[in-house]
Amino acid sequence: MKEITYLEAIKEALDEEMSRDASVFILGEDVGVYGGAFRVTEGFFDKYGEWRVLDTPLAESGFTGAAIGAALVGMRPVVEMQFADFISCAFDQLVNVAAKNHYRWGAATPIVVRAPYGGNIHGGAFHSQCIEGFFYNVPGLKIVAPATAYDAKGLLKAAIRDNDPVIYCEHKYLYRRIKDSIPEEDYVVPIGKARIALDGKDVSIITYGAMVHTALEAATVLKDNGVSCEILDLRTILPLDKKSILDTVKKTNKVIVLHEQTKTGGVGAEVSALISEHCFDYLDGPIIRVAAPDTPVPYSAQMEEAFIPQAKDVISAVEKLIRY
Amino acid sequence: MDIKREDLLQLYYYLKLTRRLEDRVTSLYHQGKILGGAWTSNGTEAVSVGYGCALERNDIAAPYFRDMGVFLIRGITAKRIMAQYFGKKTGVTGGKEGNVHIGDLNFGVFGFPSHLADNYPVGTGAALAFKIRGEKRVAVACTGDGGTSRGDFHEAMNFAAARKLPIVFICNNNQYAYSTPLRLQMAIKDISERARAYGMPSKIVDGNNVVAVYTAAKEAYDIARNGGGPTFIECKTMRMHGHSEHDSAKYVPRELLEEWKKKDPILNMEKYLLENNHAKKNDIDGIDSRVKNEIEEAETFAIESAYPESEDGMKGLYATPIVGE
Ligand SMILES: Cc1ncc(C[n+]2csc(CCOP(=O)(O)OP(=O)(O)O)c2C)c(N)n1
Repeated sequence: MKEITYLEAIKEALDEEMSRDASVFILGEDVGVYGGAFRVTEGFFDKYGEWRVLDTPLAESGFTGAAIGAALVGMRPVVEMQFADFISCAFDQLVNVAAKNHYRWGAATPIVVRAPYGGNIHGGAFHSQCIEGFFYNVPGLKIVAPATAYDAKGLLKAAIRDNDPVIYCEHKYLYRRIKDSIPEEDYVVPIGKARIALDGKDVSIITYGAMVHTALEAATVLKDNGVSCEILDLRTILPLDKKSILDTVKKTNKVIVLHEQTKTGGVGAEVSALISEHCFDYLDGPIIRVAAPDTPVPYSAQMEEAFIPQAKDVISAVEKLIRY
Repeated sequence: MDIKREDLLQLYYYLKLTRRLEDRVTSLYHQGKILGGAWTSNGTEAVSVGYGCALERNDIAAPYFRDMGVFLIRGITAKRIMAQYFGKKTGVTGGKEGNVHIGDLNFGVFGFPSHLADNYPVGTGAALAFKIRGEKRVAVACTGDGGTSRGDFHEAMNFAAARKLPIVFICNNNQYAYSTPLRLQMAIKDISERARAYGMPSKIVDGNNVVAVYTAAKEAYDIARNGGGPTFIECKTMRMHGHSEHDSAKYVPRELLEEWKKKDPILNMEKYLLENNHAKKNDIDGIDSRVKNEIEEAETFAIESAYPESEDGMKGLYATPIVGE
């Protein structure tokens, strides 16, 4: 075992997959000599050369489309969005080409799009967005969002080996803030499987990404108040691990859905609907969503803090729910 | 460029096959027998036939919807295409998709995504893969004149030029994008001018002359294959039918159509073959009847084929299905 950060985990996954498989290559803005805006690919250029760590023109649709074409002829491209926010420029290629290729004409499109997303870094409206909602209504895509360094590595490896287009949401706030002990040997975290991040019995908090840590913080406080929280870390948000979601609901009968993404039409809405459709009879109270308000991400510290769900918001939601 | 007689006859064969297949689709459309819409390349067949025939077996084509010739040349049969129009299980996409929204990796032809010019970046990606792997293969991507207004057109051209990728970009400039004439689409006269902005050589060819398109494409493929980078080829032609078969195209001046009618690419080629002694009248007749039979067989095949089951529409979303789903 060794201890590495979330960012190092991403880097290791890329490095190991690139050495293992010559068809894996990275493309995006400033990923080459510079090593990427967040230094994820630092050192890769020297190790793998300019054609496997490929600096592209500033044109997300163009290079995402190119990744799709390369994938169709046997490559496994990993696209780096400099910030997840810029993925909107590649929307068409992802939604109309990548996501539909296999369904429409049977062609697998094994691309991974790395999307450094999320706030709490004073990035403002264009460098802090959660982008998973943009793609949530697009059959054919897979979306993963690791919360731990262990999962960051294992899910990225799984995404690279997967034959479908995977949007890999890596939370910028977690890059250098969290560490995990991970095995020395190769491992993957399967796509489509959630994990219990904390075992509990009174309330389920269903969440993913950086909010897993917010949930853990809240659970620690709540534990002292005698409330036992179960935290389900979704890990894959498209498609959802329905079984794990329904299992935790059946166990605790009370559900909070927590995410940093804005509230309307988000992952929380889908999870809530799923629960009411499939195990309404198990619920002892309303499903409560704790999510960012429906505004762009504000810049100034106080406003951003109020925007991003905090442990105290989770605590008051749980306290309200527990009274049912 | 010296073109072998058999290659010339093949160009003619594919021109005829494309025309006859699409003519038949048009009739079936008007009889209400096929599902959805019918877009044809009528009048512009020399573009797809010319650039398609000039490819090598291992190359990749990333076409658009007026490229019926390319699909046929690459090896997608008229039978499968006809069945596609009928929404049958034996169609290229098994009923999942309609009309020209087809592609088949077994034959090195990418699916056409409706969003115009999307295949410019996607084709560029194939070329990028060839370059990374050091393979002597080329890609070709095609779009219409309207499609050249989209960002994807420009993003792909720029990327391919900057990295000297082995790709050839074709534009079927048939003067209209649906009802929008060129003068409202852009302020330039020749679309090929756009290539200059990216440091890419370009060529304007008579898009009604299949030999000219074939020759220009072949030369450009050679350059790309040998590390010389991309070329843009503008094929000037005229869409002789409406945008799709429901459209009577009243917005196109009749005189313009009359003028272009004289330049029909198929009659053109027939004349060329006869005048230069590449073929005799009975060779031409032989090809015509071969094509006629092929299309009749295709239609019979399509009609007799089964429809897919409704559950089939639920299948095939993922290439790697989620275990336990
Ligand atoms: C991005 C996009 N917008 C709109 C359409 C709808 N549409 C289909 S074909 C067409 C006109 C295409 O014109 P052009 O690119 O010149 O090709 P042509 O039909 O003339 O061959 C339009 C507007 C589309 N397919 N893609």
